[in-house]
Parts: sequence; C-alpha cells; structure tokens
Amino acid sequence: MSYYLGLIVEYLKNYIKTRMTYRADFWVEVISDLLFQATNLIFIFVIFMHTDSLGGWSQGEVVFVYGFFMVPFGVFSCFINLWGFSERYIVKGEMDRVMTRPAHNLFQIFLENVDPPALVGSIIGIVIMAISGSQLGLPFEWWTIPAMLVLTISAVAIYTGIYTALTSLSFYSDAPTGILPLMFNVQGYGRYPVTIYNRAIQVLLTWILPFAFVGVYPASLFLEREEMRNMAFLTPVVGGVFLAIGLTAWNYGVRRYRGAGS
Amino acid sequence: MFSGASAYIDFIRIRFLTMLAYRVNYYTGILIYTLNIGVYYFTWKAIYGGGGELGGFTASQMTTYLAVSWMARAFYFNNLDREISTDIRDGSIAIQFIRPYNYIMVKMMQGFGEGLFRFMLFMIPGMAIAMLLFPVKLPTAPEAWAGFLVMLFFSFLINSQLNVITGLMAFFVENNEGFMRMKRVVVDLFSGLIIPISLFPGWLADIMGFLPFQAITYLPGSVFTGRIQGVGIWHVLGIQVLWFLLLLIPMVLLYRMSRKRLFVQGG
Repeated sequence: MSYYLGLIVEYLKNYIKTRMTYRADFWVEVISDLLFQATNLIFIFVIFMHTDSLGGWSQGEVVFVYGFFMVPFGVFSCFINLWGFSERYIVKGEMDRVMTRPAHNLFQIFLENVDPPALVGSIIGIVIMAISGSQLGLPFEWWTIPAMLVLTISAVAIYTGIYTALTSLSFYSDAPTGILPLMFNVQGYGRYPVTIYNRAIQVLLTWILPFAFVGVYPASLFLEREEMRNMAFLTPVVGGVFLAIGLTAWNYGVRRYRGAGS
Repeated sequence: MFSGASAYIDFIRIRFLTMLAYRVNYYTGILIYTLNIGVYYFTWKAIYGGGGELGGFTASQMTTYLAVSWMARAFYFNNLDREISTDIRDGSIAIQFIRPYNYIMVKMMQGFGEGLFRFMLFMIPGMAIAMLLFPVKLPTAPEAWAGFLVMLFFSFLINSQLNVITGLMAFFVENNEGFMRMKRVVVDLFSGLIIPISLFPGWLADIMGFLPFQAITYLPGSVFTGRIQGVGIWHVLGIQVLWFLLLLIPMVLLYRMSRKRLFVQGG
C-alpha cells in the first residue's frame, strides 16, 4: 500500500515538473474545461427561460444537481484518463513497457495520465452547490459533508467501472473503438431529472449505463427529494458493483493481450 | 504540383474502404445517436408541456429538427483536428510535407471519404431508426430536399475547415488538447445542435448570427424542418458559401505559417 502511495507522490512530482515548463498550456486546459462546464450551464439557463419547471424540478434544483455532477466528474477526469488508450498503449505498444513493471498495469496507466487541472471543475461544482443550495434554503446538516464524500467516491467508482470496462474492449478488437467519445454525451444525461425520460431511457441510465447515479440520484439526497432517496442510498452499491465489473473485464482483457505484433 | 485530381480521389476511396473495415463501431454509434435524440426529445417534451411554440418551433418541428441535426452531425463529424495534431506531435507531418501533394487537401479528401461512409452507413440508417421511434416529419417540397442536401455538404466543409484550423494550432501551442475540446463544445452549442439558435436570448442569438457555427447545423436544419422556404433557402445557402470562403483565409495562412515553422524546428 505504501509502495503505491509513494508511486502516486513520485508521479505527481514528475507531473508538476513537466507541466510547469508549459504553464500556458495548463491555463488553456483549465479554461477549456470551464468553458465546457459553462456551456452546460447555458443549456440549463436557456431551457428555464422557456419553462418554470423541468418535470417538477425548479431551475435552482437542476443547477444544484449540475454542481454536484461536476464534483465527482472533476475527480474522475483528474485521476482516470483513458482517452487514447487504444492508440497509445495498444497500437504503439506501450502496454508492453507497462506490463514489465511490478505495479499493477491499470494503476500505472492511470498515473501516467493524471490531469490535475480537471480538479478546478470540482471546486467550481462545490461553489455552484453552495450558492444554489443557499438560494434554495437547503439545510446544512452534520451528515452533509460525510455524505458528500461517500457519494463522490461512489460516483467516481461508477465512472471508473464503466470507462475501464469499455476501454478493455480494445484488448479484444484491434480496431479503434469510437465508443468513449460517444459516452461523453451519454454521461451528461444523468444530471437531469431522469423521470422526464421514457421507461427505456430511465432503465438504461439507472441499471445499464448508470449515469443517473453520478448526477441526479445522489444529489437528490441533499435536495430532500423523497422520490429518489432510496436511489441515493443505493449509489455506493452501484459504485462497488460497476467498479468490480470494470476491473474484472480489464484483468481478463490484459490476460488476452498479445502485443501489437510488430 | 503533381498529377492532380485522380490522386486526391484515391484518398477518398482509401479512407472510405478503411472505414468500411471498421464499420462495426458505427452500429454502436447509431444506437448512441438514437439515444441522444431520445434524451433531447423527452427533455423538450417536458419543456413544451401542453403545446405551443418556442422560438418559432412547434413541438413537432422540434422533434424533426433534433433528429435531423443529430443525424447530420453523424455525417459531418470527423476527427481531422486530432489526426493533424497527432501528425504534428509525432513528427510524421514532416514526411507528409515532403510528399508532392497538398497536405490540407489530402486531409479534406480523407475527411470526405469518411463523410461518404458516415452518410451511407450512419446517417441514413440512423435517420430511418429515428423515424421509427420518434414522430419525425420529412419535408415534402423537393426544393427543401435539394437545398438541405447541398447545405449538408457545406456543413461538412465548414466543420472540416474548423477542424483543420484547430489541428494546425498544434504547431503553435505545445498541447492543443484544450483547444480541440473547446472547439468541440463550442461547435455543438453554437451550431444549434443542443439548442436551436432562435431559443437563445436575443443578444446571444444576434452574436451567433455573425459566427460560422450556425452554418453547420442550424441553417440546414431550418431548411429541413420547413422553417425556411423558397427564396430563403438561397439566402441561407449564401451564408454558408460565404463562411466557406472566409474560413479558407485563416486555413491557408496557418498552413503557410506552419510550413515555415516546421522548417525551423526540423533544421
């Protein structure tokens, strides 16, 4: 365990050293992340210019859910970054290098791709939650911060599980799978009240690609929406299950890995 | 300049065949795009509630607009920005520049090969599925079809030009990942894919009228839904052509500059 913690520290040090050489890029990345979040907020604001409620949820509530959504998403994008895995590690053969080292291969890949600027999004998310929460008059209880921590970790586990499972598909097919960028749209749909969708989409976002558990379900705990409370409590379970699925798919895929063949 | 058109046409053919080899990926693509349409369909349904009109769209026009906008994206979308920036970062662009062709032209041709594939195996079947699932109304006027198809081609051109420009930025910033992400978000929002432009607050809609992004989705979508008819089609087509010509300028300038810049780095 302390071996892995030490590795995290070393990789982060290395990251800071390389990134501080290119400070401008760091800020370009932060700004582009923020712009991305801003466009989503614009969508919410424009929608509520034309309606008072979205399936029984007010603008303040939807904005609060969005703020919550940003927190685990920022943590996930910081530590788990599997974009371009297939090109970099399979096609270019870097997976061979990773596998000859003692630490777990997935752990190394996560560390090699850490992206701390993404954490700025989490901070903004907390600010958004604080502002819209106080406007809505939400109470701040003793359990608010512990619940926030548990739900954030669970949501990160869900993201990690889904994306690890999908990325491990590249062990089975050498074709570049264009699935990850497509998921990017889908994951956003869990931050709107899923009850506005039809049954099929609700089931999909709850049990198959459970992105409702990284947005509206856990956030409803703080919003005191009775109808989703049980789903909020279920978040850690879903996190555990999907993380297990992801890691199993990954480890199984790595065993099948034969190298790019050149 | 060497041999001319036939070599470039080969680039279209080769990319088309490459895409065909990986077609399985696009079946998942169709599913996800249908899901995208579904999610926005139900979101707008919740917003419309009883009925009425939003930003000049009836609920039924909105459904058609959504379906055709997402499926048009299935056609015009490509990763030329990523391809170019990868070529620049791993240095293989040096070889490309030595070869007796115009690198940008080659990229556009490859993009078009991909577009042809996407049109036939992604957009058309996707649209058919969307029509089965959602109440999409196809236009009846022949000029709406003709206008839409021509405009769709310009959507592809303008989107690809923006991609090429973003990709070439890799020459000037160490890591243009941020720019590429930013461009993607801006195109999806400001092109009217996520929200039709007429629903934005007036001042914002006015600003977007002066930007090239609306020419990618909003204008062709408006023709397809019949919100723009007759002479109006010529007018919006003119806007697209104008943007196509205007965007040639930064594209060519960046390309010239990048050729010079590459010599410095490689020397």
